[in-house]
Order: sequence, then structure tokens, then C-alpha cells
Amino acid sequence: MERATIDLWVGIFVTMGIAAFLALAMKVGNLTSANLGATYSIQAAYENIGGLKVRAPVKSAGVVVGRVASIRFDDKTYEALVTLDIDTRYQFPKDTIAGIYTAGLLGEQYVGLEAGGDPKMFASGDKIGKTQDAVVLEKLISQFLYSKASDSDSKDKAKAE
Amino acid sequence: MFKYVINLLRGIGHRVIDRVWRLGFATRFFLTALSCSGDSFRRFHLVIKEIYFTGVLSLIIILVSALFVGMVLGLQGYNTLQKYGSSEAVGVLVALSLVRELGPVVTALLFAGRAGTAITAEIGLMKATEQLSAMEMMAVNPVARVVAPRFWAGVISMPLLAALFSLTGVFGGYLVAVPLLGIDDGAFWSQMQANVDFHEDIVNGVIKSLVFGVACTVIALFEGYDAPPTAEGVSRATTRTVVNSSLAVLGLDFVLTSFMIHGGS
Repeated sequence: MERATIDLWVGIFVTMGIAAFLALAMKVGNLTSANLGATYSIQAAYENIGGLKVRAPVKSAGVVVGRVASIRFDDKTYEALVTLDIDTRYQFPKDTIAGIYTAGLLGEQYVGLEAGGDPKMFASGDKIGKTQDAVVLEKLISQFLYSKASDSDSKDKAKAE
Repeated sequence: MFKYVINLLRGIGHRVIDRVWRLGFATRFFLTALSCSGDSFRRFHLVIKEIYFTGVLSLIIILVSALFVGMVLGLQGYNTLQKYGSSEAVGVLVALSLVRELGPVVTALLFAGRAGTAITAEIGLMKATEQLSAMEMMAVNPVARVVAPRFWAGVISMPLLAALFSLTGVFGGYLVAVPLLGIDDGAFWSQMQANVDFHEDIVNGVIKSLVFGVACTVIALFEGYDAPPTAEGVSRATTRTVVNSSLAVLGLDFVLTSFMIHGGS
């Protein structure tokens, strides 16, 4: 075969391959939605973060407004210190509550921001005052069982009297 | 009795030494091909000719099998996920299994069957008909002229073929899921995009296909270069190419996956 024809076919092949890779990145993967652009970081302390992971989404009213940048343990207060990267397009009042919620019953955990009414907004490096820990299912079940047991105990006592 | 044990041990020893020797020879062959590959970049049309042969001519088999693999994944995934009431997740299932595993692995197996055997047979016959010796007589290094361009062609073609395989497979899954089974178009793509990560899934798939490309091409080249220069020798070498490439791909896949999953979480 002639060299020019081969060159043409190889050119088509390589272009198709690179286009396929880009299409995978854009259409199949989340490359387009992962980029947040410019962010500022705020911190939140929790007694228990449950199964929160780095890069988990930060949502407000169900819309992704940022990502969890880092999670570390503070050995002075014995709390988990979570750094949140928030998109600079979104500003939140100083009395915003940052809770850890679960998407669905078994889904991944995310940080949910509920905006308050304070006129002052968070600046980079601020710390969120109001946080709500993750719900640990085992604790909830044990509390439920404990209260059931004490309920039936008091009923038994009432009957005996 | 004693003699029998001695013979048995000798047999084991001979096999082990033979394997280790071949492995060492293959490694030296690989390093020689790498060190001689400067020439193939200066005369890049040699590589382009081989890309045409290993890449472009493999396109048909790769694309057709990818379409069918994707369609089967769509059907099977839909059938199973329907039981749990989450049939929209079929897009995630098709995309993740193709991008992470099936794309690189099946492409590498087809590549070994389609291009690897041809490389082995070609080089084996060149050796049998003493073309390689003739090159040496003319002071042309056969590793630089014959082996290195084929090596680089394989390494370049394989990731491109794997990316095309994954994309065509996803398209096949889409064809089955959306027009045929009536899954919502938006849910199919949005669930897929929410769950397929660029770095952890797509880039790792590309790394896998690159490694498989190196492994398949080196095995095919080495078996051809090492084949006894007879008709029987070349045919055995071709068989060994397919067997060894497939085993190497599946074994390497396990090793790479265990590293990637460990590093990813």
C-alpha cells in the first residue's frame, strides 16, 4: 500500500482513539462536574463524622457547592476537624449549620449546609460554630432498645404496684 | 528407585533453569529493543506502518466485539438490577465494568490474538528464511529495524484501541438500555457520570491498557525472535504467544487492580 494512504489511516486511527479517550472523560466520567473552579476553605469540628470521606460532596439545598478537602483528628479537643472547600460563587452566613447526612439509607455521606440569617458571611479559614454529627446507626438502635427496655421495666413495676 | 528420583529431580532442575534462562533472555531482549528504539523514532514511518498493521487493521474486530460486549452487559445488568428496582443503574454498571476491567483486558486478549500472533509468525518466518541474518550481514541491526518499530506500534495502539473499545461498549449498552428496554435517557447518563471517576476509573484503565500493551507486544516479539527456525517451531511459538500473553494479561490485571483499589480508597 502507498505510504500516504497508510499515513492517512493511521492518522484517522490515532485521532479516533484520542477522541474516544476524551469522550470517555467527558461523557462517561465526571471530569466536567468535578472541577469547582476557585474555592475558599472553612473548617468544621465534629465529635463523630461517621463514614465521611475526603472528596465527599458539600451540598446546600441538595446542590453541590463544594468538596471535603481534608479530615484530621485534633488530639486536644478529641474532635474531627473537617476542612471544606466551598466554591467562591456561593457565600454562607456565619450561623450556617453544617451537618453530616447520608444520601439514602445506605448511600455515601455528605456535608449538608443549612444557611442561617446572620448578615456576616464566612471568609476563608473561618470555623463553623454550629455542627451536627453524623448519625451512627448502631448508637441509634442501642438507644432505641434501651428505651424500650426501660419502658417495659416501668410498665412491669406499675403492674406490680 | 534411587536413579528414578535422581532423574525426576534432574528433570525439575532442567525445567526451572530453562524457564529462568528464557525469562532472563526475554528481559535482555526487551532492554535491547528499548535501547535500539532511537532509530525507530528517527525513521518514524516504520512505526506508522506497523501501527497501521496492529492498530488500524484490528479496529473491526475490536469495535464489533465491544459493541456486543456492551449490549450483553446492558441486558444482563438490566435483568439483575430490575430485581432490586434500580434498573437506571445499568449505565453505571456497563460503564464501570468496561472502563475498569473489560475494556483493557478484552482488548489485550483480542490484540494478542489478532496482532500478537501475526507479529510472532512474521518475525519467526523472517528468522526461518534467514532474513534477520541477512540484515546482520548488511550491518543493519535487526532489533532496531524489525523489533523496535513493532514494539512502539503495539505500545501506542493498545491504549487507543482500549479507549475505543470502552466507548463503543458504553454505546452498545446505551443502545440496549435506552431504546430497547426503555430506561430513561437522562438517568442513564447522569448516574453514569456521577459514579465514574476520571482519575480512579478512566486513568487507571488507560494505565492498565498501556501495561498490557507492553506485555503483549514484548511476548509476541520475543516468541517470534526466539522461535526455532522451522515450520513447526514458528507454529509452536505462535501458540505460545497467545497462551503466554493471555496469562500475563490476566495475572497483571489482578496485580494492577489490587494496587489501584488499595491506593484508591
